[in-house]
Amino acid sequence: MKENRNFRLGPALLTVLSVALALIWFAPLFWLVTTALTKTSFHMSFLPTTPFTFDNIRYVWNAVPFGQYYINTIILVVVTFCIQFVTSTLAAYSLAFMEYRGKALVFVIIFMQIIIPNDVLIIPNFMTLSEMGLIDTKLAIMLPFLGSAMAIFLLRQHFKTVPKAFGEAAKIDGANLWQTIWRVYMPCAKPAYMSFAVISVSYHWNNYLWPLIVTKSPTNRTLTVGLAIFAKSKEADMQWSNVCAATFIIILPLLLAFFIMQKQFMNSIVSAGVKE
Amino acid sequence: MTKITTAASRRRREAGLGWLLLTPSLIIMLIFTVYPVLRSCYLGFTKYRMGMDAPEWIAFANYTKLWGSSTFWKVMRNTVTFALMTVIPSMALGLCLAMLVNRRGRHIGFIRSGFFYPSVMPMIAIASVWMFIYMARNGLYDQMRQSLGLQAQDVLSHKETVLPAMAVMYVWREAGYLMVFFLSGLQSINQDLLEAAAIDGATGAKTFRYITFPLLGPTTLFVSTIAFTNCFKLVDQVIIMTEGAPNNASTLLLYYIYQQGFTNMNYGVSSALTVIMLLMLMVVSLPRFFSQDRKIHYS
Repeated sequence: MKENRNFRLGPALLTVLSVALALIWFAPLFWLVTTALTKTSFHMSFLPTTPFTFDNIRYVWNAVPFGQYYINTIILVVVTFCIQFVTSTLAAYSLAFMEYRGKALVFVIIFMQIIIPNDVLIIPNFMTLSEMGLIDTKLAIMLPFLGSAMAIFLLRQHFKTVPKAFGEAAKIDGANLWQTIWRVYMPCAKPAYMSFAVISVSYHWNNYLWPLIVTKSPTNRTLTVGLAIFAKSKEADMQWSNVCAATFIIILPLLLAFFIMQKQFMNSIVSAGVKE
Repeated sequence: MTKITTAASRRRREAGLGWLLLTPSLIIMLIFTVYPVLRSCYLGFTKYRMGMDAPEWIAFANYTKLWGSSTFWKVMRNTVTFALMTVIPSMALGLCLAMLVNRRGRHIGFIRSGFFYPSVMPMIAIASVWMFIYMARNGLYDQMRQSLGLQAQDVLSHKETVLPAMAVMYVWREAGYLMVFFLSGLQSINQDLLEAAAIDGATGAKTFRYITFPLLGPTTLFVSTIAFTNCFKLVDQVIIMTEGAPNNASTLLLYYIYQQGFTNMNYGVSSALTVIMLLMLMVVSLPRFFSQDRKIHYS
């Protein structure tokens, strides 16, 4: 009897504890959203004291070229992913199935990129891009990421699990290399592609330091750079409702996607083992 | 005879095609990962500032200058302090959260998202929001202190509190991220072992100490690499919240590199600093090479 009661008490306590902790974790987001969507107040408070309004969002949207930044960021994210998709698939296929000398060296380079975050190499990479004359272009933001070690490694591991007979059957049916990859290996590695897509998109949506360094004009700036400039500007000074509104604008798409596909996001992070 | 030549030529063709498929990725990785590492190593030994036509070889002079610079040591102390203040707490908290959410239930998805969602937000957005939490007097933290009868603290303006304040924000963000790795580690533990322990009368604490924690060893090593790497590359919040103030109390190594390179335009010194950063990254990445079951984490 006694044991039975303990058995029930334990999980209940755990549930209460975890819900309480989760609420604490949600507090900054709650404050951010309510502040962004209520009238500006003179006194900052955790719980909203003023009526609901879209004025802050409207004000920020007109004061800062967020529309342009949105387009820039979407172009950046989509183009980067599409190119990575092709380059990584080809490299992964080569590393998974083809025999040649020098492969070990390629793996050394891949591990080097996995270990060294791009942000650490800002100085030499900035020099390289200015020597190429590419500073303040969208291409400059993308270029260092177009060969993704993380994606190559992830896809290679998945390609290797596909039974050899599948590929051979396709070859016998007269499929060329590209058709074999497209029809056989890509569908089999769908979960790996999903993980890679989630990581690539969220990394480039959120990336700040590199776009900050290589862009100068509003026509190329990303959302994160736009937010940072706004948050540090005179108009935003002490205007927490405006900064919250701006923050809300830039985090909304990714956060919505996350709350809808929560499991997919978490699995992606684990399966790739690294942020890009 | 002909058979051998065809085999050899087929092998040659496969090698050619193999390299051809690698080429696009390889070119990018060579230009933006391998070359910059080599270039930093070289420029670290040179005097090279804006306005100079070419770098000038000065051997170890950049390093000896840094060795004698009190700012450099302050930055290194900040970087190590910040790493210790964030990596261990976020790993410990991440493990606790993972154990807390390692079960089934109606609300478990909601709770897990609650801990993980900060990782989906850009650091720059998090810093913008937390800046108001930490704002002097009117900020939420100082208001809370005042309502408890304590003095307002203005944490971001004091050298004793600026790093701990940033550390709290960062642990809040990172714990949920690391939780996900621990969760997958916990779920890969064979349930029979835990049941056997329960039958033998082991309590929760004992089971954790002698079974769960040792079995999580490889995961913990791997997570520590990720946690240190993420911590070293962290700079966005310094740019938006303090710019290193007060008096470099919040300057971390990567911010120092950024400052030397883009504000002072001193490429020689910033390259030497980059080399130091690369060495630190190598050290914290060692577990990746010694970890026996690397496959688990990559497959």
